[in-house]
Amino acid sequence: MKKIFFLSITAVTGVMIIISSCSKDIVGRTDNVAALHPANMDINAGSWKPVLLAAPTDVVVAAPIATNSPDYIAQINEIKSFQANITEDEKQIVKYWSAGAVLRWNEILRELVAKHNLAPYQNADGTYPFPSATNPLAYPQFPFANPPYAARAYAYVSAAQYDALVSVWYYKTSFNRKAPYNVDSSLQVLVPKSDLPSYPSEDAVVEGVSVEMLKLLFPGDQDYIQVKAEEHKRARIIAGANVRSDIEAGEALGRAVAQKFVTRARGDRAGIAAGNQAVWTKLEEDCKARGETPWVSQESPKRPCMLPLFGKVKTFLFDSLTAVSLRPGPPPSTSSQQMKDETEEIYQLVKSPTREQIRIVHFWADGVATYTPPGHWDAIAAEDFISKNFSEVRWARNMALLNMSLMDAVIVCWDTKYTYFNPRPSQMDPRIKTMTGLPNFPSYISGHSTFSGAAAAILGHIIPERAGDYEAMAKEASISRMYGGIHYRSDCEKGLVVGKNVGGYAIERAKTDGAE
Amino acid sequence: MFNLPHQQGEMKRKIQTCINICVLMAISYNAKAQTDMDAIMMEKKQLCLGPMYSYSSWKNYWEGMLKRNNANLGTVSTQMFSVMGAYGITGKLNVLVGAPYVKTKASAGTLHGMQGVQDLSLFVKWMPIEKDLGPGTFSLYTIGGVSFPLTNYVADFLPMSIGIHSKTASARLMLDYQVGNIFTTVSGTYVFRDNITLDRTAYYTTASHLTDEVEIPNASNFNFRGGYRSSKLIAEAVLNIWTTLGGFDMTRNNMPFPSNKMNATTLGFNGKYVVTKNHALSLVGGAIKTIAGRNMGEATTFYGGIFYIIDFNKKAKKASTKTEPAKTN
Repeated sequence: MKKIFFLSITAVTGVMIIISSCSKDIVGRTDNVAALHPANMDINAGSWKPVLLAAPTDVVVAAPIATNSPDYIAQINEIKSFQANITEDEKQIVKYWSAGAVLRWNEILRELVAKHNLAPYQNADGTYPFPSATNPLAYPQFPFANPPYAARAYAYVSAAQYDALVSVWYYKTSFNRKAPYNVDSSLQVLVPKSDLPSYPSEDAVVEGVSVEMLKLLFPGDQDYIQVKAEEHKRARIIAGANVRSDIEAGEALGRAVAQKFVTRARGDRAGIAAGNQAVWTKLEEDCKARGETPWVSQESPKRPCMLPLFGKVKTFLFDSLTAVSLRPGPPPSTSSQQMKDETEEIYQLVKSPTREQIRIVHFWADGVATYTPPGHWDAIAAEDFISKNFSEVRWARNMALLNMSLMDAVIVCWDTKYTYFNPRPSQMDPRIKTMTGLPNFPSYISGHSTFSGAAAAILGHIIPERAGDYEAMAKEASISRMYGGIHYRSDCEKGLVVGKNVGGYAIERAKTDGAE
Repeated sequence: MFNLPHQQGEMKRKIQTCINICVLMAISYNAKAQTDMDAIMMEKKQLCLGPMYSYSSWKNYWEGMLKRNNANLGTVSTQMFSVMGAYGITGKLNVLVGAPYVKTKASAGTLHGMQGVQDLSLFVKWMPIEKDLGPGTFSLYTIGGVSFPLTNYVADFLPMSIGIHSKTASARLMLDYQVGNIFTTVSGTYVFRDNITLDRTAYYTTASHLTDEVEIPNASNFNFRGGYRSSKLIAEAVLNIWTTLGGFDMTRNNMPFPSNKMNATTLGFNGKYVVTKNHALSLVGGAIKTIAGRNMGEATTFYGGIFYIIDFNKKAKKASTKTEPAKTN
């Protein structure tokens, strides 16, 4: 009796131990990316056209100390002592950062966006609080990294990284100080060797510029960002890729370049894009005056429309007049038969969606607590860039082209949305239920479609053999919004066209920036 | 080695009726499959089968530990239609199977309800010990279970999803003691929950994950029940504590996610009434209220079902004992 009792308990416990020890480890898609080892070092990138800098020499970098100086030899010895006592943790850090500085900081940025992509909860009186950049840790935390905010963040960080790397490449070739392992052949090196001069460090410049940009964009996350930054710099020294003076010069240069972008960002009108009650009321009144049904928030309590003045933010790839010229004509009138038909089309689509349609909706939704559609396109691009083995400077250049396209796309898109203030399908027909969260801003034109049209255009230029795939992805992202019940066909089709037009400006820039 | 029905008849507690099935755990964002936590066995070669219906709804939910409502959801309701069966391989070894069809709906906001066939659950229940102890009868059960999704339903659309699409394996130890018609049952369960795959390629929990795979934390469940039990009628109170061993809290104003730390303590009443003299037909019903929770809805659930016993012994036994009147202690 007792025997059976204990046998049973032992059996159940045994089964529990066995099943609880089953491995559930998950490997992220970029966890085991090989160390960056570019086929082409783009040695002339110092002459590529920067975005904001007038010249690569805008920030002055002091000449490096000689490689036979006692100071330099001490720095080599620093590497050697690190390597003598290397831990598993340190090996992991080296491996992680060796995949590429632009890649990793882009991933960190995407993570911060996802963390902060949460709409504030309402106040007791039914109004909504706004995050404050000066008090970022108080609820609602700053920022609310919605798609326009995110697009702008990706663009600034990428463009600043690019300019800083152009400058670094300029100084690398002009000072031509060899990498530590090319100075001291006895030095172990834990990453692929290259003939690229190592002063200033391309890794440290990306780290420096990113930290400075993120102080502006994610001021409440400095603790996390600083940990990553320290780790990054240490990884390069431990790896034997850089001596400390390479790192210090790179970081200082990065920070100085970032300041120019911070200054631009402070004056780009994004800070006032939320508008105020007068702005919100006027949008509604103007729409009524045109004889159209205005957009109304379907949240409860009604939330003010998202960033109504974001269409006025300063673009990167063209001037404000061009931005306005890219705005498409009006959507079908809310009282027209076409609008009725398009609404009915969405109702039919969402009435009983297929599993494949839902998959498409959710694959592209990039909604609450995600890195947003621009982040999704960055992820798509990053994985392709990994396979291309670009140099850091080309990585940054391509990411900058992509992200400037995405930011300018959202500016034109937002300008269009608030010019027409068109209602969502579920406002026109309350039978329409959505397969993803309903965005709290006007319908026409679809943001996803505009983003995707722009991204597919510039990525198709960067990696021509993938152009067809990118276009197919853009179309799927676009139609996902119809399957989701949140956009009409007109929103999506026009959005793709507008996006493609915006992307065209990035292609023009790409053709003339000296990198092709 | 197995007790034959007539031998078992000599044992104390012997309830030749249908499974007192399924403490519905339709308490969370997603309806959970039925589970078997009662100390009742089917006789050898008897199959008990029946449909169940449950309606569960919540207006308030716990966002992490903060209780709130959401005017953009209103009341979220889950209806579950399931078919369940139990079969006695022997009087001490039973197999239980169930599968529900689930349908969700939000009364406010724009989110689309979901519906579909959810998970198949399979339990093997073994009663190695049943013996007199003091004034009553003590019995011990071990129960092993697995469940797996029957369809490719969407997990990543909580609170509208019909489930979280995780394969599970569970191990349960259960003790029962009955004196006269009064009984109490206690059980503890460890639930292994397999990783799931989303339709998207990245997600954020408390950190970024660049993968479509999600680690679903394992869970434990403790169940305490007691009340009146005879062959004709069961009336019991049930306290259930479901704890997710790991997982994370929803952040402020965020949507729920399959790997949230979903905990719930529920208190319920469960009843079963045997309608026909030969014990072939019985009705079950009950109500469950969530009294504490985390990252879950404060649900109230009502359920009911009809079960019918098909006795494969009958032909063989016709000449001899026929179906014994069930007796309890």
